[in-house]
Amino acid sequence: MDFSIATLLAQDGLTNGAIYCLLALALVLVFAVTRVIFVPQGEFVAFAVLTLAAFEQNKLPGTVWLLLALAAAAVLSETLTYRREPARILRAVAGSALPCVVAAAVVWGVWASQAGFALQVLATVVSVTAMGPAVYRLAFQPVATAPVLTLLIVSVAVHFVLTGLGLLFFGAEGARTSAFTSTSFSVGGVNISGQSLLVYAFTASLVIIMGAFFKYTLFGKALRATAANRTGARLAGVSPNFAGRLSLTLAAAIGAISGLLIGPITTVYYDSGFLVGLKGFVGAIVGGLASYPIAAAGAIFVGLVEAFSSFWASAYKEVIVFTLILPILLWRSLTTTHHEEE
Amino acid sequence: MNPRILLAIVVGVIGIAPMVAPAFYVTLLNYIGLYSLVALGLVLLTGVAGQTSFGQAAFVGLGAYTTAVLTTQYGMSPWFTLIIALGITLAVGYLLGIITLSMGGHYLPLATIAWGISLYFLMGTIESFGGFTGITGVPAVTLFGFKLEKEGEFYYFIWIVVLAALWCIANLLDSRPGRAIRALKQGSTMVEAFGIHPGRTKTAAFVIAALLACLSGWLYAHLQRFVNPTPFGINQGIEYLFMAVVGGAVSVWGAVLGAALVTLLKTWLQDWLPKLIGEAGQFEIIVFGVLLVLLLQYARDGLLPYLQRFVPIPPRKLPAAGDRLPHRTMPALGTAVLDVNAARKTFGGLVAVNDVTFNVNSGEVVGLIGPNGAGKSTCFNLISGALEASAGSIKFMGTELIGKSASDIAKLGLGRTFQHVKLVGTMTVVENVALGAYLRGSKGIIASSLRLNTADEAAALAEAMRQLERVGLAAHAHDAANSLPLGKQRIVEIARALASDPILLLLDEPAAGLRYAEKQQLAALIKSLKGEGMTVLLVEHDMDFVMGLVDRLVVLNFGQKLAQGLPEAVQADPAVREAYLGA
Repeated sequence: MDFSIATLLAQDGLTNGAIYCLLALALVLVFAVTRVIFVPQGEFVAFAVLTLAAFEQNKLPGTVWLLLALAAAAVLSETLTYRREPARILRAVAGSALPCVVAAAVVWGVWASQAGFALQVLATVVSVTAMGPAVYRLAFQPVATAPVLTLLIVSVAVHFVLTGLGLLFFGAEGARTSAFTSTSFSVGGVNISGQSLLVYAFTASLVIIMGAFFKYTLFGKALRATAANRTGARLAGVSPNFAGRLSLTLAAAIGAISGLLIGPITTVYYDSGFLVGLKGFVGAIVGGLASYPIAAAGAIFVGLVEAFSSFWASAYKEVIVFTLILPILLWRSLTTTHHEEE
Repeated sequence: MNPRILLAIVVGVIGIAPMVAPAFYVTLLNYIGLYSLVALGLVLLTGVAGQTSFGQAAFVGLGAYTTAVLTTQYGMSPWFTLIIALGITLAVGYLLGIITLSMGGHYLPLATIAWGISLYFLMGTIESFGGFTGITGVPAVTLFGFKLEKEGEFYYFIWIVVLAALWCIANLLDSRPGRAIRALKQGSTMVEAFGIHPGRTKTAAFVIAALLACLSGWLYAHLQRFVNPTPFGINQGIEYLFMAVVGGAVSVWGAVLGAALVTLLKTWLQDWLPKLIGEAGQFEIIVFGVLLVLLLQYARDGLLPYLQRFVPIPPRKLPAAGDRLPHRTMPALGTAVLDVNAARKTFGGLVAVNDVTFNVNSGEVVGLIGPNGAGKSTCFNLISGALEASAGSIKFMGTELIGKSASDIAKLGLGRTFQHVKLVGTMTVVENVALGAYLRGSKGIIASSLRLNTADEAAALAEAMRQLERVGLAAHAHDAANSLPLGKQRIVEIARALASDPILLLLDEPAAGLRYAEKQQLAALIKSLKGEGMTVLLVEHDMDFVMGLVDRLVVLNFGQKLAQGLPEAVQADPAVREAYLGA
């Protein structure tokens, strides 16, 4: 390996690491507020890429049907929940199903009017973000007080449902999207693509914003309070359901943007989200699912390990990345003191 | 219906099925048997111990690949490879377990996802494993000189193994180590107070689950005579978990029910969904996922409880109350049992317990009282080992307690109760009390699984019955612990602490939340224990409750000792009056 290959690998690793970092941030966010280890995070990424790719190929994105399916399920669920208080059904439906229907309409509108790239990107972000609150309402809200373990099993089940729906509505073919920018710079003999810079800039700003949001704003503190004690937060006027829905909305939005960033770099299939999400996960665990900056550093480390192991032992790339989690867990178990869940 | 008759019918049906059922169903039943083994492990791990693993399919793969590689490439006997496969699984399971289970709840499942994915890619990558095409020509198993080559023959082998595994796990759950595993969901503090090491116990449950999965994989390789990585991926890992959740954890038969329902549903969906959708693909996963979410939302205990209503289980026969367990030598009356000297506990800048000194002598009932926030509970936790003192000394029977774990302190002869009752709600009252005698038994997991523990078990249950009679709750022995009112649950906790044969009984706010009549009963019980020579340290804030009950009082306020002495003297102390009445 010479210097130029090393810089190439490092750049590759940093770019992927930055995207894993975004996912790690979303995972930490969801866990901090809802105690859900949100395995389906990667699906949002895949769905964003596949939606944008469909727009670019002048096809109606399967997202429309996916959103309508979620909306139908939400309507059914609200009707059953409030069957004795019909007055509340409409309001509940407006909160969970309506965003999906609106997003589906936006996607359809952008496709039908053959709008430009900017509107396609916007419609992609809107459509994927709308899935967040619906997923929370359907899967997690009814079990919100359950132990972390139950929430984790639900989370994995949701991942499988979304992957299956992804196959159903997007098909098995992979897709790539066009880059936002094709400019590249040369710094000291090293080529840096504009797309990578975009990824770094976005990730860095999000790390700072999220850290600050939770530390300094009242809203962020309210979300953290919900995680610590639902009843207490409720008494203090924070709605835990609202907090949960909001955190999943943010996670879905981060997922959608990650998709926009990763789409031009790799080919994404309906089930690619899982491995991408899990790598973000390894990063999040480094941060103990609690610290944003440490999770970010962990995710970038995963990206670098992946890039360099793909050079030295490409067949064992995934094995190396996922085995990495064991020493990390060992290190965490030796350094953290465990507080019992009461 | 009597459960024994039902069991005979089930075993009978399993016995004649391959003679009457078409070959397709025999194949299906073979798979149900293999899946039942894996699901059984998860029932123990997830349903009972409250942990979970998404990597069980990887352990199945470990069993299958170990035997496939070693029999085809090194010509080893399948029986020898079984031992090797189980040995490797034991090592991997133990390693994953000790790394992740000493911490909080969610690290094991994460580690198992990672482990499952790594092993899956590894199986597909290593050349001598045949890559993603796999290994063919795995030899048949020979049993007593008889080669099990046909599916119908292997069927009996599989189901004998399954029934044996069900028997072992059912035995295990109904034993000393089994009660420890069942108590894990109540949290570490409770199990540690009876000398149970939570991390080790969870690891044991995980290792058992892994071994069952490995056994299933070994059987699979010799049934199929071919292995490739596909059935050992993370998707299959989720299906196993689905089976365990469908069946539920109320009985080991939940594993078989779950495996059967999920396998049949999957076969049916794989037939119908592609026709419905118009293209091929693993669409059954959508239905599985939705059903799993709905089950966890509406029937978290699985489907078995709904069926079990039709099979009421008659209460088991218990040994008569008896005193067959070894006893500790109790200190002579009046000698020092507990000696707290300048004990201090700080949380950051807050001094919760400020150089508190007092002692308890054998045969005494001492009350540690004080208004809310006085540091009583912290002081209690320092003695029981739930918290570690920052400075000072706490000697029990001459042994320094600071630095010792709660379970080591329990071994020295300290029995305790909890302010927030921590009984295992799904176990009967007598089983809960027998948990207290954990340290007085010795039979481990293997002996208990094979029912080599009958004497040990009978002695533990007889002791539990003796303690229930002692506290006057023998009539409730067979009731589920969570069916009793709070007052009786508190008394069950005292019986459980007594079952550990303690030198000192620590009661943490035993009267909190009790009604007047319940308080009277509790006071009468404590008096009768005192009459038997029991040494008791009682933490309370209810002054009236302790007044007629204790020999001496120690009063704390703002972390400091305010007064101590005879109840009447303390009651008259102006400082105490001020602390309590603020006047």
